[in-house]
Amino acid sequence: MSELTAGAVLPARRPGLPYPVVIGLLVLLLGGAVTAAIAAGSVALPAGQVWGILLHHLHPALADPTWTAVRETIVMDVRLPRVFLAGLIGAGLSVCGMALQALVRNPLADPMLLGVSSGASVGAVTVVVFGLTLFGAFSLPIAAFLGALAALVAVYFLARSGGRMTTVRLVLAGVAMAEVLSAVASFLVVTSNDPHKTQAAVRWMLGGLAGTTWTMVWIPAAAVLLGTVALLGVSRPLNLLLAGEEAAASLGLDVHRFRAALFVLVAMMIGTIVAVSGSIGFVGLIMPHVVRLLIGADHRRALPATALLGAAFLIVADLVARTLIAPEEIPVGIITALVGGPFFLWLMRRRSQ
Amino acid sequence: MTLIVDDVSVRIGGRDLVRQVSLEVAEGEMLGLAGPNGAGKSTLLRTLYRSRKPTSGRVLLDGEDVWHMPSGWVARRLAAVLQETGGDFELSVYDVVAMGRTPHKRAFDGDNAADKAIIADALERLDVAGLAHAPFDRLSGGEKQRVLIARALAQRPTTMVLDEPTNHLDLRHQLDALNLVRGLGVTAVVALHDLNMAAAFCDRICVMDAGQVVALGTPADVLTPALLAEVYRVDAEVALHPETGVPQVTLRTGGSRVTN
Repeated sequence: MSELTAGAVLPARRPGLPYPVVIGLLVLLLGGAVTAAIAAGSVALPAGQVWGILLHHLHPALADPTWTAVRETIVMDVRLPRVFLAGLIGAGLSVCGMALQALVRNPLADPMLLGVSSGASVGAVTVVVFGLTLFGAFSLPIAAFLGALAALVAVYFLARSGGRMTTVRLVLAGVAMAEVLSAVASFLVVTSNDPHKTQAAVRWMLGGLAGTTWTMVWIPAAAVLLGTVALLGVSRPLNLLLAGEEAAASLGLDVHRFRAALFVLVAMMIGTIVAVSGSIGFVGLIMPHVVRLLIGADHRRALPATALLGAAFLIVADLVARTLIAPEEIPVGIITALVGGPFFLWLMRRRSQ
Repeated sequence: MTLIVDDVSVRIGGRDLVRQVSLEVAEGEMLGLAGPNGAGKSTLLRTLYRSRKPTSGRVLLDGEDVWHMPSGWVARRLAAVLQETGGDFELSVYDVVAMGRTPHKRAFDGDNAADKAIIADALERLDVAGLAHAPFDRLSGGEKQRVLIARALAQRPTTMVLDEPTNHLDLRHQLDALNLVRGLGVTAVVALHDLNMAAAFCDRICVMDAGQVVALGTPADVLTPALLAEVYRVDAEVALHPETGVPQVTLRTGGSRVTN
């Protein structure tokens, strides 16, 4: 067995940049995005001052305060929580997108396209409109989690027939589910007759990060960090899913149990994300795809990279959303859709060839 | 390692796909599984590699019921080579073969030097080392098949289940693949359509029809004109190879259907 099969010249080494270089570049990109997003706004700050303030808060000895108290407040209490949340959400949506794509074995999956985000919106809107407080501060994320889980399980089993899942069925089931659930959420908002609640509920329909405070950040932060670490822990089983259910079973994966765990994990992340930001689409579609082009589909390498890229992307998108027509704000979901919609169509066309 | 199929039946949607099959495969034995399309070969194999639970009966590997053991325990001992099902992801050949190490690993474990050596060895033995960084989905059918055999090899199993492992391969690679499996000395169950290949490589052949075992024995015992007429409904002649003594099946084509 020595002769090589005739055919195209095949690379002996993985093409593209080495993995540590890619990760290094993504970390730099994220650092740049964070700096730019904290510096920009109605009061523009130099990048040096941004880092001075951040380092001073990390440890007072790291930087001498040469700035006014107002500027410190702007950085620490206004811009940093928002940038932090945008990064978390970008990372969370991206790793969830990647996990969903492995789950359905289709690179066209995304939390919003599959109706998962709409399910979470219905849960969140229900809590707000009916003033439910069964679980205190956790009522909103828990309701959003349950809505996301129900939508995900429903779409998954609607799209499957005979153990197989075609792209057409998956996209149609996802779109139909998203439409129906968005309509339900809109109906709840419109019929609530309470202008204050209506205003609060609109946040979930369009997707936005305006008015972010530190108190909103901790629940999604915990969910995204735990969820991402858990996904990293199952990156080998995620690879097995790409090989198909039969092969995954023969390689020692309990497919049914693993799938159920993924449903819960993704719904938890999406639920807590949507509870603070609403439906932000296409991030979970684009980032995994770009990362796979850069470093391949192995989840052990792709998951950390997609988290970094997603964080940087949403921080920049949110920066655009709040500065493009300042002092007015555009919901960030509109920006991601403007970028992501064409990308989705391009991807669909490319795949059908 | 011995593999015992004990009275296994599989019933799906009211149809009996496998009916009360019992087999015993000795350590190091290569058992061929033959039979017409729809005979239940693939379904029976699925009960071995834990993809389809038998409706009744047991599958014993090293004396343990595979359906009562953790799936990882089974995958460390038994590897399956299945028909390739296409995907849309750009997994490289290396990634696909590296999956074979999964049952030996826990969460957050990386591939250590031993794993990498096993993967490289598997790539080399199946003649796909030059393709290591090519996208799996763009390979030819034969190349994919060899990559999947390499993945099974990387599992370092003691038992292998192969479902039509040669059906996309040219003659040279068919011989290479079956020689390789034989050379591993593992216990193997191989579904094969090509009866001459089965006769040349397998210690025993099990012929299935309509979910049941209709013949089981050495190639010379099993491959008879009468059995081929009954199971495949073909008019066949069986001659012994002049040098090796292996039975060889030749078909009379044309108006060859046996009517009885």
